[in-house]
Amino acid sequence: MVNYLLRRILIIPVMLLMISLITLGVMHISPGDPAALRYGLNPEVSATALDRMRELYGLDQPFLTQYRGWLIRVVSLDLGNSFIDDRPVQTIILERLPATLLLNILSLALIFAVAIPIGVVSAWRRGSFFDRSAGLLVFIGYSTPTFWLALLLIMFFGVRLGWFPISGMRPWYVQFMPPAAQLRDLASRLVLPVFATAFGGLAGLSRYARSSVLEVLRQDYVRAARAKGLTEKRVVWKHAVKNALLPVVTIMGLTLPSLIGGSVIFETIFSWPGMGRLGYNAIMNYDYPVVMGVGVLSAFLTLVGILISDLAYAWIDPRIRYR
Amino acid sequence: MATVGGFLVVAMVLAALFAPALAPHDPAAADPRPESILLPPGPGGVMGTDELGRDLFSRMVYGGRVSLSVGLIAVGISLLIGLTVGAIAGYFGGWVDSALMRFTEMVMIFPAFYFILMVLAFLGPSLRNVMVVIGIFSWPGLCRLVRAEFLSLREREYVLAARSLGAGHLRLIRRHILPNALAPVFVYATLAVGGAILVESSISFLGLGAQPPTASWGNIIAAGRHYVESAWWMTLFPGLAILVTVLSYNLLGEGLRDRLDPRLREGRDGKSARG
Repeated sequence: MVNYLLRRILIIPVMLLMISLITLGVMHISPGDPAALRYGLNPEVSATALDRMRELYGLDQPFLTQYRGWLIRVVSLDLGNSFIDDRPVQTIILERLPATLLLNILSLALIFAVAIPIGVVSAWRRGSFFDRSAGLLVFIGYSTPTFWLALLLIMFFGVRLGWFPISGMRPWYVQFMPPAAQLRDLASRLVLPVFATAFGGLAGLSRYARSSVLEVLRQDYVRAARAKGLTEKRVVWKHAVKNALLPVVTIMGLTLPSLIGGSVIFETIFSWPGMGRLGYNAIMNYDYPVVMGVGVLSAFLTLVGILISDLAYAWIDPRIRYR
Repeated sequence: MATVGGFLVVAMVLAALFAPALAPHDPAAADPRPESILLPPGPGGVMGTDELGRDLFSRMVYGGRVSLSVGLIAVGISLLIGLTVGAIAGYFGGWVDSALMRFTEMVMIFPAFYFILMVLAFLGPSLRNVMVVIGIFSWPGLCRLVRAEFLSLREREYVLAARSLGAGHLRLIRRHILPNALAPVFVYATLAVGGAILVESSISFLGLGAQPPTASWGNIIAAGRHYVESAWWMTLFPGLAILVTVLSYNLLGEGLRDRLDPRLREGRDGKSARG
């Protein structure tokens, strides 16, 4: 266990190093250059000024020098300043982090709340009409481009029916509302993005829960519980489900990378002021420090999430021994 | 199931191959007169026209070429990497295996989508780059599958027999183990084509895949996004095309799985190569 833990913790810096190397390497061989991109077409900015700007940002330095400089700053917890508005990257990311966390935590909660009951009932009533229609829906769910689904939601529930606002998280006028109304406004703005973000995970998790419950229903202790004369309901919900859901915890860790990938798309579609949209805009604007910051932080969050879910699994199931 | 999927897949491939014959108009022929842009489906075109007056159906047919080629080539690349790494890890075992598997795990939990976007933005968005990048990030699942097959196959008697007859590593891998590991790999690859098409469409939607005027389903949806309130056809049709295409690869894959390898039923894990 300790061995396993050490390995999982040690992998974090290794992976962050790898990611930052790749990122900076890609930036280095990239034909675009942020200085030229921002001012290259502006006739009032002279070539000397451009060179001065490259020098200021260290863009004229050789690759390893740039990388070393970046590493030294990161170790002292300084991610640099944005090329666009010159504010510290930490400040910018910290402003955006809560919106992303709110969206993703709610989506994760929705995934679990909906997918697990579907999976359990499908396994319990295997081959029934419910099971078969759930299977079909899951199949379609796997094949749906979720960004398109988000647009359909906007078209139907946002534009046609007008039930929910389609973009933004906190419009300026909200500050003049009483707190309860502010909360209601936020809730109505969350509905569509949370559903769109959760959709991809629903299919996968409900299938996983189903096969996990099926597996447990074949075990001896389930037969023992039945032999004891317990009702089928009790056998399934008390004895089988509890054991079947243990491994589901680890799935939580594995959904994180796709949730983070999804954030980029859904935050862009719904104009959600989170880290995903920040990263996307930074990428499109060649804002290197922000691109690096978001990349490293999202990798870090993923790794920590996986570590936590592995630990939680070992904690709730003492039979698990990581080696 | 497999039959329906296979039929649809073949139909899509044919449509992509014969796109010039199938498309009623040139997909790039713009007609930006006010009376011919954003026409709803009708006599002007079965799927209407887009914001530049181009025939949407023709663009959809050509977009299918993009999705198909990206899907196949990206999966080809990921097969190449996954088979090699998985075969080496599973065949040699020991520290080679643990080192390679640690590396595979690392790629697996990588927040790949963000990095795919980054690489494409900085190296220049092009379809070739899209194929390569998706391939590079999507091999771990395949690699683990190949490794597991190799681990169990290398202990079989016929492999031991071949080894005792003096067959070298490469010969054992290529002639004796690999052919017996191919059925599940083929199933996985079929499913992966669907996954790659989904990723490609998201990338093109975000403007980092196929570049206009080249039509791809993802960038048609991206263009249609600005007309969500007026021109529903620009959003609905390309999305449906992606859905049906991916669905048919999944149907074919699952069907093949049931026929080729009954052991694999039920076992679809939640870690597909989705963005």
